[in-house]
This record gives sequence, structure tokens and C-alpha cells, in this order.
Amino acid sequence: MPEIRAALGAILLAAGLAVAAPAAAQVPDDVLVVGQIAEPASLDPAVSTATNDFRILINLYEGLVRYRPGTLEVEPALAESWTLSEDGLTYEFRLRQGVRFHDGTPLDAAAVKFNFERMLDKDHPAAATGPFPLAFFFSSVDRVEAVDPRTVRFTLKERFAPFLSNLAYPTGLLVSPAAVTKRGKEFGRNPVGTGPFRFAEWQGGQQVTVERNPDYWGDPAKLQAVVFRPVADANTRAAEMLSGGIDVMVEVPPDTLSQFRDGDGFRIHEQAGPHLWFLILNTREGPLKDRRVRQAVNYAIDKRAIAENILQGTAIPAKGPMAPAFQWAFDPTLEGYPHDPDRARALLKEAGAEGARLTFYVAEGGSGMLDPLAMGTAIQADLATVGLDVRIETYEWNTFLAHVNPGLEGKADMAEMAWMTNDPDTLPYLTLRTEAQPQNGGFNSGYYSNPELDHILERGRRSSDRAERAELYRQAQRIIVEDAPWAFVAHWKQNAVTTAAVQGFALQPSFFLLLDDVTKK
Amino acid sequence: MAAYALGRILALVPVLFGLSLIVFLIMALIPGDPALAILGPYATPENVARINRDLGLDRSLPVQYLSWLGNVLSGDLGRSYSLNRPVLDEVAERFSATLILAGTALLLASVLGLLAGIVSAVRQFGLADKLVTLAVLVGISLPSFWLGLLLILLFAVRWRLLPASGMYAIYGGGDLADLLRHLVLPAVTLAIVAAGVIARLTRSAMLEVLRQDFVRTARAKGLGEGRVILGHALRAAMVGVIPVIGIQAGFVLGGAVYIETVFQWPGIGRMLVDAIAKRDVLLVQGGVLVVATCYVLFNLAADLLQRLLDPRIAP
Repeated sequence: MPEIRAALGAILLAAGLAVAAPAAAQVPDDVLVVGQIAEPASLDPAVSTATNDFRILINLYEGLVRYRPGTLEVEPALAESWTLSEDGLTYEFRLRQGVRFHDGTPLDAAAVKFNFERMLDKDHPAAATGPFPLAFFFSSVDRVEAVDPRTVRFTLKERFAPFLSNLAYPTGLLVSPAAVTKRGKEFGRNPVGTGPFRFAEWQGGQQVTVERNPDYWGDPAKLQAVVFRPVADANTRAAEMLSGGIDVMVEVPPDTLSQFRDGDGFRIHEQAGPHLWFLILNTREGPLKDRRVRQAVNYAIDKRAIAENILQGTAIPAKGPMAPAFQWAFDPTLEGYPHDPDRARALLKEAGAEGARLTFYVAEGGSGMLDPLAMGTAIQADLATVGLDVRIETYEWNTFLAHVNPGLEGKADMAEMAWMTNDPDTLPYLTLRTEAQPQNGGFNSGYYSNPELDHILERGRRSSDRAERAELYRQAQRIIVEDAPWAFVAHWKQNAVTTAAVQGFALQPSFFLLLDDVTKK
Repeated sequence: MAAYALGRILALVPVLFGLSLIVFLIMALIPGDPALAILGPYATPENVARINRDLGLDRSLPVQYLSWLGNVLSGDLGRSYSLNRPVLDEVAERFSATLILAGTALLLASVLGLLAGIVSAVRQFGLADKLVTLAVLVGISLPSFWLGLLLILLFAVRWRLLPASGMYAIYGGGDLADLLRHLVLPAVTLAIVAAGVIARLTRSAMLEVLRQDFVRTARAKGLGEGRVILGHALRAAMVGVIPVIGIQAGFVLGGAVYIETVFQWPGIGRMLVDAIAKRDVLLVQGGVLVVATCYVLFNLAADLLQRLLDPRIAP
């Protein structure tokens, strides 16, 4: 059968040619390739809500203020300075001189005004470029005025201490009004900001490329360009890293991380951020209505084992509701609930809740949820050892939120949840106040209510004195730990792996990825 | 024949209409909605209502469906909220990537499957037959995502012969050689199962044909063995094999979902998975419409080819 042999030979030859074809040119030394977990949804900072997108945005755009590298504290960015009026309602920002957007238009007070009115005023000419899901970060803003080209004034409806911190969040990054007007809804794929990098190209499903902004007002970026590649599958992302296809890999799953520990060619970076993984406990009905049972649940869970075994050191055990990353407001003296099954049993006995049955909502995945199935199963086993009979119900993330956010009443006793926030106010204010219960449109899905905490949180948000706020949040942490409306489980340490050639790389507590100082040797 | 083809193409219209209605209803019935995907933990009822209003999802289901249908008829597939771009642009871009991958895989599967089937039929019970049968069994049994990862580990990580993922190199790529290098691993992975199925079918069809009188006659005429097998027997066997290749085209399109995820191929399968997770109804509708059209057309092509090979099949 010579024909068949010839055909086989042709196939082998073709395969050989494909393999032997000259390898495409190497990525130059001044171009960094970052392996992301997904393609961005949008590069319009007012539209985007995902950390995955923020990693790109923060290199293209700047806000009036930013987080000082390595902290969650606010420092000047496009605003050189600012003042706050006596009544705490009026912020006046002095803009840096001579800053231009990548399209050459000036960053002036009118541009700042345009940015916030676009998000907040539904009759604004550019309002159709939305929706702007996180516009409520600035819902305390009453009006924005361009006092003169370099001065912009924000008047708030009520005192709101997290305002500056929210301005430093990606939702507060400033876009070019001219580009928004020109591109309309396509702006999210043609972003124009003032940052150290400017947008070059977006190939759907393949890569987003940004290049050095030669006209940057500050120290120019050291890299010529950065390529963000979405590699959704974690195993493939690791394979790309091992085969030299990417220089930086973020959000490395625990199992994958171990492949890199031994190798010399790689460097592992870790940074704890403002993240909390917890269980919402239903304080309205069922066994968990009793505080002692909620405390027992907290004592029963072996947080260290979860952090070290399941999450393989990619998280630290949580002692309370606030992440240590909020250095100034965190209470380091808090003991929380060390793993103590005997104590848990005693509390259950005291409350007469021995052998109680609990329904537990577990997610299959989701933003910041780490390894929710394995963690949920471990918690179920921990609770079983103290005699609680936990029944797990599993849902896909989107469905999970549809079940949990309207409140747990009549459905479940506990639910997994995770949050990443930017100010100590955000999480407790949105999730633990009486006013934040689901029927009022909040996230307090476990119906916790404590008037003393409500009062402290209101004061914390209105105070403009940071020392006073810090003290209020420490009080709040003590109350929340004592009342145990949640089971406090873990704080995620975000991680990244870089090749040894990547220099000047550091993860930020904000979960952003600042690349202007990075080089490749 | 032309009338028959036209009739089949016209029959596509009700199929697509029914399909779009089913997809729309499924997307409407599964819990969760786009606002939740956008807002995540920030999804308060108030924020959800605002986003639903902005996206036009606060209208009744029939109104949403009819307005979508009206737009489709005028050539507008709508706008993907999760990607912030027109559905048509995204689908066109992604679908061409899938066609390249699935087309190559199908070609590879057909050639390999036919060759293996012929060899093992001709050498029935011989060593070649046993080897092919074993290889086919292994090929059909391997989960393709696992095979894909294995190939990546061997060819990209260990031997560094081929790129691990993607469609083009980030720098200096973009030509045909670059595309081929990126295509080898995903196309082979995708082709293996289909090749196995085609090989099995070709083997049994060939065995049947080889026993028939006309083959004996051909041999008696003194034709070379090669011409007997490829010219006479295979042609007759293909009548049974071609519809299977048409069906495999559907499986290859479906299998592309895993393969595109493992190999980060920017195709429509991966796009659909993302779109479903984000409840991006318009993108799902647009994508399914195109994939379904293509599937029906593949099958039509297979049927027409079968008719050409065997005129006995009545129109």
C-alpha cells in the first residue's frame, strides 16, 4: 500500500515542519508578559468591577489620590494637595500642573468634574457609556465644581470619612473626557488615561498590550511595554510560566504554587491584603440565634488547619472581622477564637444545642472565595466533631449570590462569603448594621443587629480624625468578635510568581499591580 | 440536488428560531442574573434594579425576546454587556478561531481515522490491526482535557518544542508558521477521539465491502491491491463513513470548549462558557446561533457528499 505509506509520510512531514518551524522572535527584554486569570471585562475604570481588570487599569490611569505603595494609606497623585472644610463637607483639590491625558487633552478641573458627573448624573451626556456599578462609592457627593482650571471642589451631602480612600479605588481613576465623548460605549476597549503606560492594543481572548507613556509627568516607566495575557486554566497558566511563555503569574492556586517553591528560576511573592473569608451566621432564627452557639461554631473551626493545609499557606487564620492590612485600624491585641473543640462543646451544652442540624450554603467558586468547596467540607467536619450536624448545599457563584444576598431566613443557617475592601468602614458598614439588612437593600444577610455597633460605625464614617476613627474601629472589632455574627476564618495572601529576571516587582495590599518600576534583566 | 440543498437550508430557519427560543428560556430560568455577575458581593437589590434597567432586563421576557429577534432580523445581534462590544464583532472574531482549530482537527481526525481504519481492515487480525485497535481504544478513552495537559507538559514544558497555549506568539508571530506551531497540540488533542471513532467505523465498513463480489472482480481483473482498496473498496465504504464524519464535526465543535480552555485558544467555545457564567444572554444567543448554523451546514455538506458517492440514495 504505497499510497497509504505516502500519506502517512506526508502527515509526519507536516507535523515535523510545524514543530521545526523557526520559533517566533523572543519577547524583548523590556517587555513584560503577565498571565492573568481572565480577559478584562472593560478598561473603563467607572465600568469595571473586577480585581483582574484593576491590575491593568491602575497602570493606564491615575486618580486624584492613590494608595502609598505598600499600604492602604492615601497620598497625592493627580491632586498635589487638598483641604477639607471645618464642617467636613467640602474637599478642595489642587491639581498637578501640566498633566495631559494620552490623547493630549489636559487634565483640568473640568475633566475631573466630567468624570464624576458621568457616573453620578443619569442625565449627563456621557451617562450612556455606563452602567457604572460602583458609582455608589461616591453617592455621598452632592456636587462637583471646577473652581478654576487647577482647583476642583467636591461638596458632600454628609460627612463621609472613606471618601479619600474611595477616590484612590479604581472607580475613582480619571478618564479623558474627549476620548469618552469620541468613543462612546467603545471607550472601554479604547482606554485613555494619564498613567505611566498607555493603551496599545486589545486582541480579543488573546492579549491586552500597554506601552510606555513617553510624556508621563512623573518618572517614566522602565518597561517598553506590558502584555496582559488571559490564561483562564490554572494548570495551563503554570505550564506557560514553566515554559517561559509568561514572566509574571498572579493568583497562583495553592496546589500550583508548590511547583515553584523548589525551582531557582522563579521567585514567589506574597502580600496579605484587605480580604476576609468568613461564614455569615443566621442570627434571626434556628440554633445560631443563640450567641453561645455562634461562638461555639467559631471555636470549633480549625482555622490554622484550613490556612495551612487546604490553602497551603496562601492565607492566614482570621481572628476577627478586620484584615491586619488595615494597619491603622486593626486591633492586634484581639485574641479571636482559637481552635478549642472542648470549649465549643461546653458552649453548645450550655445553650442546649447539642446535635443541632444546620444548613450550610457553600459556593463552587467566586471572586475572593479561595477554595470554597474544600473549605466548606473541612468546616463541616470540624463542626461534626463538636456534635453539630451540618448539611451542605452547593451552588455556582452567581446562583449562590442570588440565594445569599436576599438574606438567609427560611433557607440556611450559615453561608460562605468573602470580601475585599479598601477602607475599614466598608465591610462592617455594608454588612453588619441593622440598617443594612437585606429588606433595606444591604448585605447583612444574617440579620445581625446591635444598636451600639450601629452607633459606632456611623460615628466612624463621619469622623475626620483618624486617631478617633481607629479607636472606634477597634471598639467595633471587639463587639463583633464577642457577638460572633460571623465565623471568622481566613485572610487571603495574594500571591504571584515571577521569573528570576523580573526585578522591582512588589504586590500591593490593595491587590493592584503597579508595574512602572519593574524591569527585566 | 440544488432544490434539495435549498430546502435543507430553508429548514434551518425554524431550527434556529426554536433554538434561540430554548436558549433564551434556559438563560432566563437559571438563577442569577447579569447584575449579580457585574456587582458580585455589591449586589444590593437597589443596585441590581438599576443595572437591570440600564441593560433593559426589567422588561417582560416576551418583550425582551421579541426585541432581540427584531434586531437579529435586521442584522444586529445586540451588545455584550460583559465585553462591552457588539456581539457580532466578538462572535465573528472568536468563531473564525474555532473554525481554524475545529477544521484542522476534523481534517486530522478524518485522515488519521481513515488511514488507521483502512490499514486495520486490510490487515485484519494482523499485528497492525491489533496495534490500531489498541490505539483507538486508548484514544477514545482518554479525557481530552487531560490529554491536552499531558501534551503541554511534554511538548511545551519539558521539551520546549511547541508553545503551551494561545493562537499566536506575543512578539514576531502572526504568520502561518506561527499559527501552525500553536495549532499542533490543540488540534491533535481535539482530533484524537474523533479519529478513533472514524477509524472504528472505517474498519468495519471496509471489512464488509472487502468481502463483496465487486472487490473480488476488481482483483480478478488484475488491478493492483492499492487501486482495489483505495479506488473501489474505500469509495463504497465512504458512503457509510461520511455521515459519521459529519456527526464528528459536531463533536469536534463541542469538544472545542474544553480544548479552548486548556490551550487558551481564543475561540467561541471558551467565549460561550464565560458568557454563560456571566449570564450574558445576548452573547450566548449570538454564539449559539452561529455554532448551530455551522453544525447544520456541516451535516448538510456530509449528506450532499454521501449522495454524490451513492446516487441510489433518494432525494
